Amino acid sequence: MTTLDGLPTAERRSLGARLLSANTFWIALVLLALIVVFSAIAPESFLTFFNFQQLFIETAVLLVIAVGMTFVIITGGIDLSVGSVLIFAGMISAKTMEWMSPGQDASNAGWGVITAGLVVAIAGGSLWGLINGLLVARANIPPLIVTLGTLGAALGVASLLNDGTNVRTVPLELRDSLGFGTLEGNIPNLVVVAVVITVIFGLVLHTTRFGRYTFAIGSNPEAARRAGIGVTRHLTNVYLLTGFLAGIAGFMSLAYFQSTTISGHTTDNLNAIAGVVMGGTSLFGGIGTILGTVIGVFIPAVLQKGFNIIGVQPYWQMIAVGAVLVAAVWFDQQRRRSQNKR
Amino acid sequence: MTPVLQAQNIVKHYGSVEALRGASFEVGQGEVVALIGDNGAGKSTLVKCLSGAEIPDSGTILLDGQPVTLDSPVTARRLGIETVYQDLAVAPDLDPAANLFLGREIRRKGLLGKFGVLDKAEMRRRAADEFTRLGVTLQSIDVPIGALSGGQRQSVAVARSVVWASKVVFMDEPTAALGVVQREKVLDVIKRVRDEGMAVVLISHNMPEVLSVSDRVEVLRLGRRVARFTAAEASLEDLVGAMTGALTQEDAA
Repeated sequence: MTTLDGLPTAERRSLGARLLSANTFWIALVLLALIVVFSAIAPESFLTFFNFQQLFIETAVLLVIAVGMTFVIITGGIDLSVGSVLIFAGMISAKTMEWMSPGQDASNAGWGVITAGLVVAIAGGSLWGLINGLLVARANIPPLIVTLGTLGAALGVASLLNDGTNVRTVPLELRDSLGFGTLEGNIPNLVVVAVVITVIFGLVLHTTRFGRYTFAIGSNPEAARRAGIGVTRHLTNVYLLTGFLAGIAGFMSLAYFQSTTISGHTTDNLNAIAGVVMGGTSLFGGIGTILGTVIGVFIPAVLQKGFNIIGVQPYWQMIAVGAVLVAAVWFDQQRRRSQNKR
Repeated sequence: MTPVLQAQNIVKHYGSVEALRGASFEVGQGEVVALIGDNGAGKSTLVKCLSGAEIPDSGTILLDGQPVTLDSPVTARRLGIETVYQDLAVAPDLDPAANLFLGREIRRKGLLGKFGVLDKAEMRRRAADEFTRLGVTLQSIDVPIGALSGGQRQSVAVARSVVWASKVVFMDEPTAALGVVQREKVLDVIKRVRDEGMAVVLISHNMPEVLSVSDRVEVLRLGRRVARFTAAEASLEDLVGAMTGALTQEDAA
C-alpha cells in the first residue's frame, strides 16, 4: 500500500488484464480448442452448418434453465428442482391445451389455445419457483433440501396429472412454429427464443440493480442486509425467476418433442449446474457471468457431438465433463484461497 | 452548543443481563469522541442502540436536540448516522465503487433507469472522487475488494460510511488488525472527516490511539458513563483508572 501512494488513485485495469483474470476467458479457450480439434479431425462432418444447427437446437432448452441457475448459484444457492419444474410446466400446459380442445385432442388447436398453454406453463413454473423462494428465503431452509423436496414433489404432481403417462397430443401448429420452425429458413425458432432470453437476462444480471443485488447477496448477505437491501425479498425473486425460466423451457421442450417427456429431464438439473459452474460461476456465490454459462453449457454438447462424429464411445463425454467440472471448481477454490490469504 | 447526538439514561437488558444501566453519551459537530471501557462495559450495546441495530428498553436519544426513535439501521442511516462495523460488512466480490454505492446505486437517466439499469461509469467516477478526497489510495477501482489489502479494505469500509453520513459516524475498532502504516491512513481519514464538520465516535482498545486522534473521551463502566475527559488534558493513567474503577467522576453519569 505504501509503495503505491505516489500513483494516481483508482485507475481501471487495462482490458487485457481484466480479460486474463476472468475465468470466462479460460473456459472460452477450452471450448474453442475443442471445436478446433474436432474440426481438424473430421472437417467434412463436424464443421458443417447442419451439425452446428443441431448443436444449437439440442442445447436451447438447457441454456434457458442454466440462465436461471446462474442467478441462483450467484446468490450462493442451488436449484435441483428445475428439471421437474420443467416437466410440470410442460404437463400442465399440455393438459390445459387438451382440456380446451374438442375431444381432448389438442393436435389441431389454434393460437388461442397455444397462448393459454404458454401462460399456464409460465405460471406453473413460476409457482414452483415461488415455493422454492419462500422456503429458502423466509423459512431459512437450506436450498439444497428445499429444491430436493420440490424436485420430487413437482415430478409427482406432474405424473398425477396424467396418471404417470405422457400427454401426446400437442398442437401441430406449435410444433411447426416454435418446435421446428425457422427464421429466414435456417435459424431455428427454438434457438432464437433461447438467445433472446439469454441476452435479456444477461443484461439484467450485468447491468441492472437486480443483478447487482444478486451478486451482493451471494458475496456477503450480512453486508447486503446492512446496506438496506431487502435480502429476503430479493432471494425469493431469484428463485421465482428460475422457476419462471424453467416454465418457459418446459413449453419449449413440449414444442420440440411433442410430448411431456416425463422421464426425459431427470439430469437437466445437474447438467445446468455443471454448465454454470464450468462457465466460471462460483458455487460459493458472488461471482459469475451469463456468457460463462453459455460457454459452459456448450462444452458438454460439443464434446458429445464431436465424440459421436469421430466414433469415440459417447461415454467418454461423461468422463470428460466430470473432469472439467471438478477442475473448474478446484480453480475457483484455489483463487479464493489465495485471495483470503491477504 | 447542542450536541449532534445525545443519549440520556439508556437502559438495555438482554434477558437477566443488564448491558446498559442508564448510560449517557454525547458527541458534537466536528469532534472525535472516543468511547472506551473494559470488555463488557457496554460499548458495543450503546453503539448498537445509537445506530439503530438494537432498541433500548428505556432512555432518550436526541438528534440535534430533538428526540428520535431509531428502530432500524435504515432509519438511522436516513437520519444521517452511519456505522463502520468491526467485521467490515463489505461484499468481497464487488469492486470498491460497487461497495461504496451498495444499496444506493445510481441509475441511468430516462427509460433505462426505470428498468433498473445502473450508471456504472458515473458511480466509478464519483467513487474515485470520494476516495481521492478522503485520501484513500487504491491501485485500481475495478478489482474485487477481496483482492485488496486489509488496510485498503478497511479504508473502503470507512469511506463508505463517511461518504453517506451527514451527521454522525460510529467506528467500532476501525484499526483492529491493521499494520502501523495502514492504521495511520485510517486515522488520517477520521481526522479529515472531523475537519469537515462530522461528529465521529471512535470505539477502540488502543489507548495511545485514542489520545492521539480524539478530542474528548467518554468512559463506560458496568453499563454507565463513569468519566469524561478532554483528550489533551487526560493521561493514559486517567483512562485506565476510569475504566477499572480506580477513578470516578461524580458528575459524569
